[in-house]
Amino acid sequence: MTEIGDWLFDPYAFEFMRRALAVLLIVSVVGGVVGTYVVHKGLAFSGDALAHSTLAGVAIAFVNGANVSLGALIAAVATAIGIGWTQRQGRVSYDTAIGILFVAMFSLGILIISSRSSYTPDLFSFVFGNILGVSNSDLLGAALLGAGTLLFVLAFRRELTMVAYDPAMAATVGVPVRFFQYVLLVLIAVAVVVALKAIGIVLVNAILIVPAATASLLARQVQRIMLFAVVLAAVSSVVGLHISFHANVATSPAIVLVACALFAMTLVVTSRRRVVTAGS
Amino acid sequence: MRMRTMHEHGEAGNHELARDPLPPGHVHEEYALHVHDLWTGYPGQPPAIEEINFNVPAGEIVGLVGPNGAGKSTLFKSILGLIKPIRGEVHAFGKPVHEARADIAYMPQLEEVDWNFPVSVTDVVLMGRYRSARPFGRWTWTDREAAAEAIERVALTRFADRQAGELSGGQRRRVLMARAIARGAGLLLLDEPFAGLDAAVQHDLLEILDGLVQEGRSILLATHDLSCVASCSDDVVCLNRRVIAEGSPADVLTEEVLSRTFDRHLLTIGPLAAAAQGSPRGSLVFDEHNEGGGGT
Repeated sequence: MTEIGDWLFDPYAFEFMRRALAVLLIVSVVGGVVGTYVVHKGLAFSGDALAHSTLAGVAIAFVNGANVSLGALIAAVATAIGIGWTQRQGRVSYDTAIGILFVAMFSLGILIISSRSSYTPDLFSFVFGNILGVSNSDLLGAALLGAGTLLFVLAFRRELTMVAYDPAMAATVGVPVRFFQYVLLVLIAVAVVVALKAIGIVLVNAILIVPAATASLLARQVQRIMLFAVVLAAVSSVVGLHISFHANVATSPAIVLVACALFAMTLVVTSRRRVVTAGS
Repeated sequence: MRMRTMHEHGEAGNHELARDPLPPGHVHEEYALHVHDLWTGYPGQPPAIEEINFNVPAGEIVGLVGPNGAGKSTLFKSILGLIKPIRGEVHAFGKPVHEARADIAYMPQLEEVDWNFPVSVTDVVLMGRYRSARPFGRWTWTDREAAAEAIERVALTRFADRQAGELSGGQRRRVLMARAIARGAGLLLLDEPFAGLDAAVQHDLLEILDGLVQEGRSILLATHDLSCVASCSDDVVCLNRRVIAEGSPADVLTEEVLSRTFDRHLLTIGPLAAAAQGSPRGSLVFDEHNEGGGGT
């Protein structure tokens, strides 16, 4: 019992681990809530594109000595608006438009980074995630963005659901559909930025998709899926963080692998349950 | 009621012969819907619908029939303000349509709804109670009671907590019908409410429509199902980019008018007129000797 207690609580003797846990819990809440829309509106590719687009903002901010997280936020929001605008034009397919914006922004980021002769470890911590490098100001920024995202979703949950389910009808009853369609993309952009420093560009989309996908196997309504997704993301984060600490492996892949394992287990269990139900 | 056709009345438009002709600029409040010289299209393309004039009198069912591509959905979207008209006016209950939004309910085609999005039947029907965007808006008990009543009316109470996407096609239509009913609106716009329904479900739906009209509500329904229109509508508007004819089902659902509306020769058997007189539904077939298309 004591060994389990030590395994659980020893890591938090370190301040950086307490900060890591706090930021991961924020990421879990925001990722679970926004990820539910991502999964059920087929926006996984958009999430990936928004994550990769942050590299341009990160690189520009880094080169100019500006706040790197702010650079990431601006790049992600600008790309979100670009995706929304391109979709409205309807002249190229949605996927193609996202693909083009995605590679343009990512290439810009790589170009800027490659122009610097010296090694830039801070930039690479954004690419692969650096949970132990989360500062107090990073934590504060994540908390503020996370609270803003949650408040918005809570305040306009009816409108977001109506626009997601039936935009034509929503427009007829006075919901500003176009505004909320843009807002949904911006929310994904903000969620990506909240998780960026901890999880990294390469894997950040997983924290949006995997817990929400698992939750969708367990629940059938938006609010419950969000709740389950938040819990699953938090469990994945805590377990992944401990594995990372004790086994001395990278944190973000550990978290993502735990989340994927939970998905696989849930898929198997729910499939068997359905077979039993269908056969009974 | 006498049939009114574009052919009969030349380019002046059928609105001049609508019931109780109105002086220019006047909108009669007895009409739930008044569409006047409406032209609508998409940028860079010729108008999808032209010179549309018709009325939905209060407390009546008006059927809107026409082939695919005739502009029925475009007309609906124009009436609802989802597409800005090139010119023309739409009034509901004597007010410009954008001011009468609370008194109009819309039932879209099934394809327009994302059935994979995880919402319950009750969640969907509650959407009909939405009034305006405001932060932290909540459904009231009145909203919940209205939704439960509408769900009961379409006989889906035992599915109220079920995810809407798990229901069959006919049940999904009833969910959307319940949402339109829950709005408590005086005018219901129903886009293809009978599509894909078997005869028994169509019968149930017709009874629901009949009940709504008896409460004084007005209905404009777009459909391919001529036999349903014949048996349930007070008036029929035949549309093929323009209003081909407007009038009572017995007058309008004739071989000649339908052939012009559908751009092909149609034979009526049954006949439709008999259905229009209140007898069991008639049916309609394409002329085998003409274009050999499928039945409607």
